[in-house]
Amino acid sequence: MSLQGPIATHRMRTGIPTGRLAVWWGLASEIFIFGGLIMCFLLFKFNNAPGFEDADMTSTAAGAFNTFVLLTSSLSIVLAHAAAEKGDIQASFRYIWFTIGGGLVFLLVKTYEYSSKIYGGITLTENVFWSFYFTATGLHALHVIGGMVIMGMISFDVRKNHNLQRVELIGLYWHFVDIVWIFLFPILYIANF
Amino acid sequence: MGQQAEAILHETEAHDAHHEMSFWDKYIFSVDHKIIGFQYMFTGLIMAAIGGYFAYAFRMQLAWPGEEVPFYGLVDAAKYNMLVTNHGTIMIFWVAMPVLIAAFGNWLIPLMIGCDDMVFPRLNRLSYQIFLVSALVLILSFFVTGGGFGGAWTSYPPLSAVAAYNLTNWGASLWLLAVFLEIVAFLLGGINFVTTTMNARAPGMGMMDIPIVVWMINIAVILFMASVGPLVAGAVMLFFDQRLGTSFFIPSGGGDPLLWEHLFWFFGHPEVYVVLLPTMGIVAEIITVFSRKKLFGYRTILYTAFGTGGLSFIVWAHHQFVAGIDPRMANVFVVTTILISIPIAEMLFSFIATLYGGSIEFSTPMLWALGFLVSFLIGGVTGIYLGASALDVYFHDSYFVIAHFHYTFFPITIIGMFAAITYWFPKMFGRMMDETLNKIHFWGTFIPFNGLFLPLFLVGMAGQHRRIADFTQYPDLASPDLQSIRIFATVSLVILLLFQFVFIYNFFNSMFKGKKAPLNPWKANTLEWTVSSPPPHGNFAELPTIYRGPYEYSVPGREEDYWPQHLAPNQ
Amino acid sequence: MNEYLDLGLITSFVPAASSFAGDIDFLFDLITIIVGFWFVITLATLFYFMIRFRRREGVKALYISGEKHSEKVWTHYPHYGVIAFDVFLIGFVIVVWVNVKQTLPANEDTIRAIGQQWSWSFVHTGADGKLDTEDDVNTVNDLHVIKDNTYHFELQSRDVLHNFAIPAFRLRQDTIPGRTIRGWFKPTISGTFDLQCAEICGRGHSMMFAAITVHPDRKSYDETMDAIRAGTYESHFEKKRQLGPVPLPFTVSKSETDSPYAIELAQSF
Repeated sequence: MSLQGPIATHRMRTGIPTGRLAVWWGLASEIFIFGGLIMCFLLFKFNNAPGFEDADMTSTAAGAFNTFVLLTSSLSIVLAHAAAEKGDIQASFRYIWFTIGGGLVFLLVKTYEYSSKIYGGITLTENVFWSFYFTATGLHALHVIGGMVIMGMISFDVRKNHNLQRVELIGLYWHFVDIVWIFLFPILYIANF
Repeated sequence: MGQQAEAILHETEAHDAHHEMSFWDKYIFSVDHKIIGFQYMFTGLIMAAIGGYFAYAFRMQLAWPGEEVPFYGLVDAAKYNMLVTNHGTIMIFWVAMPVLIAAFGNWLIPLMIGCDDMVFPRLNRLSYQIFLVSALVLILSFFVTGGGFGGAWTSYPPLSAVAAYNLTNWGASLWLLAVFLEIVAFLLGGINFVTTTMNARAPGMGMMDIPIVVWMINIAVILFMASVGPLVAGAVMLFFDQRLGTSFFIPSGGGDPLLWEHLFWFFGHPEVYVVLLPTMGIVAEIITVFSRKKLFGYRTILYTAFGTGGLSFIVWAHHQFVAGIDPRMANVFVVTTILISIPIAEMLFSFIATLYGGSIEFSTPMLWALGFLVSFLIGGVTGIYLGASALDVYFHDSYFVIAHFHYTFFPITIIGMFAAITYWFPKMFGRMMDETLNKIHFWGTFIPFNGLFLPLFLVGMAGQHRRIADFTQYPDLASPDLQSIRIFATVSLVILLLFQFVFIYNFFNSMFKGKKAPLNPWKANTLEWTVSSPPPHGNFAELPTIYRGPYEYSVPGREEDYWPQHLAPNQ
Repeated sequence: MNEYLDLGLITSFVPAASSFAGDIDFLFDLITIIVGFWFVITLATLFYFMIRFRRREGVKALYISGEKHSEKVWTHYPHYGVIAFDVFLIGFVIVVWVNVKQTLPANEDTIRAIGQQWSWSFVHTGADGKLDTEDDVNTVNDLHVIKDNTYHFELQSRDVLHNFAIPAFRLRQDTIPGRTIRGWFKPTISGTFDLQCAEICGRGHSMMFAAITVHPDRKSYDETMDAIRAGTYESHFEKKRQLGPVPLPFTVSKSETDSPYAIELAQSF
């Protein structure tokens, strides 16, 4: 182990690796962003704003399938992390790409949903419910895409046996994306509550 | 640890070659925390000059309505709105935050906790670059067709959401984009501050050995992170309202304008404490050094800071007492608002108690720190008037509010900034500032500052409300007495601004020609005074170990009246 | 409540022309006394310390950590005092607030104020005392009420947020498009007072002012209403504007200030 670079980056007073601290911190700020968005949605909903009965029109089946896909991909990123811990870089690499595949399936289903809505004449400006639907799922989809890109970059590092701890960090992020979806799914897809 | 170190290899390749750095690598694309701190500081100072210039233009308009303002031109209603809006936005987002948190946070945290850099140097650089882009976007917004945004820094929809209402189609969107980018920059920067303080402290430095200013910056960053999230979501929604035709905040499309007010003030009130706490920390450092006293109640101050931060999340609706919220809600928020005076008063009392039995030297940084206590006290007590909901029925959006928050924000931002700059200047540039010019600058700022804002309480009591380009059109407000109060305030502002040239001259003259500064000119305890001035890349020749807290001044039985943190007990 | 305490701090600038103005002035005076007390004591202590403990040759500073109980009481006792006064204040504040904003006393008449960029339209009930009937009287930037009558107001907005502010009444209330906000006031002094928009509402915000005229009795009010109906009324608002001590107007282009568009809108209402 060489000690190039600032000493600061090697210190670990809390016993928690700095990278993990930073990801937790970043995710905490993301939670407040998505939390704010979901709170706004709920405020409208509980004030019986018009248009919110349109939650019936979203495809619960597609949403449920996507939930299943995301949960499965979360499992595979956990497996990738476990493999990386054991030093099995080939398995780790495979699992990461399995996760990316999960993200891809998720996005394909999403694209299908979006296009069927838009061809059906429902866009962002239809009413406040659909504005929330497109904004929230769109923001979430951006996070999925971002996660996939970073995962792809990490996977090649992993194959070179580089930065294996980053598998855990992207795993944390991916779980977060998953959890956001678990909040979005019931409020947007499962009909009126 | 092994994995960790390897992870870092990648991050810091740029770091290794610092010997043969070009100008660009050394000053523009540097990953050194001190350079990034300077970048934030100078950007903040330039933005402060723009904000001050805007204030000059609209104060001149208020004193002599309808006349050409020298060095600006005619201020019409559109320009007036643009000036007040962007004055507020700039001073909060592009002066207070970058200078107090980002500049001094970057500069001080690694030095004060005894390590050589931030834990994510490249993230730090990215944070500044996004911040710079945000500042440029804001400046660009003044020049697009229709002019800069004029819907006040609170940007309440539907005014801010519909171009047909605000008549600044692109100005409003660019303004919003700039604020959004600025927030992103600070969220990224905040990751660095907190993780650095948590993980990179020097051996021996426990939680209660951290200098208060580092604590305060970290608490501020945590407050910022927790409060700004909903506003980020809100900014995205508002941007969609502006550009994509959604109606999140537009009543005619089913939206709710009050929702934005809640999102904004849920951030907006903690934001006051986000900028207040770093200044409180700076003042704590300065009054201990110049009164040679241990800080009175280190833990008390820390806990009151946490208490203030926590309470600041449940007071936001006091900005909306008469905004159409359920009047019964107001009673809850009156109680929480008045409660916040408890931790803040305790903190101020602790600072005053620190002076007791001291040996006070009135050097310029100390004058600024004491000036802060005096003027912030005025800002604090006038807050009681406005927190009282029934009085807010009269004072809402009046000049009383303006005077009140300038008595908080001016001490926090401007006085706090000058306190910090005059105090750390010898370390930053290795030279002393001219003490005489510094004192002239202090009195030339402090007296006109009071001359500027005390009269505004009076016009506020007369019922004069904010964001009006010409009060002489209002029969009840046009009396010559009130107009002469306004002129007095404007003249004070001009004097205040003129005295800033003394500072600018002194700053640059001292930077290049000042007397060489000794290592520890103020005989302070904290670690930044143990490195050479200015600190080299990598800061410490030998990384220190910590043996005691930062405020061990005048310890009985010790010959010297200070005891630096890094000296072993037998030294 | 100003019979208990009246320093006249606000009334020296602007008259107290509504029934609750006195309560709000009382609150201001009360807070001034309490807060002033703490302010003077704190400032005096600060300055005393600054002078008493200035640097002198050979005098070493004390070593006080402020962590011991015997030391902490010095900040805690004043602090308990602050809390006590806080509780005392909150009581008064809530009583006044409940009276001004939370209750709606029985009224003699109702008025409606509609804000729009950038003028106020007012609807007076006419003889039947009801809004939205044939004999309503509409005005622009000119509101008429009768002294010692209790009024309910209905605030509406056509476009953005505005604020219905009458400093002489100590009254401010936002108007929100899509909602009707109700409240009350009872004028107690006759005369003409400023009525402002106190929430930034766009380019012409500075020009969005009106006048409220409090008539001494119903006769004068009825005469004015008849004159308005007949189209012969000379606006109090305009008269007072032109008598203002500082000559008018400037800046905003004519088309934005004396917006014919606004007047047209109000008349069509």
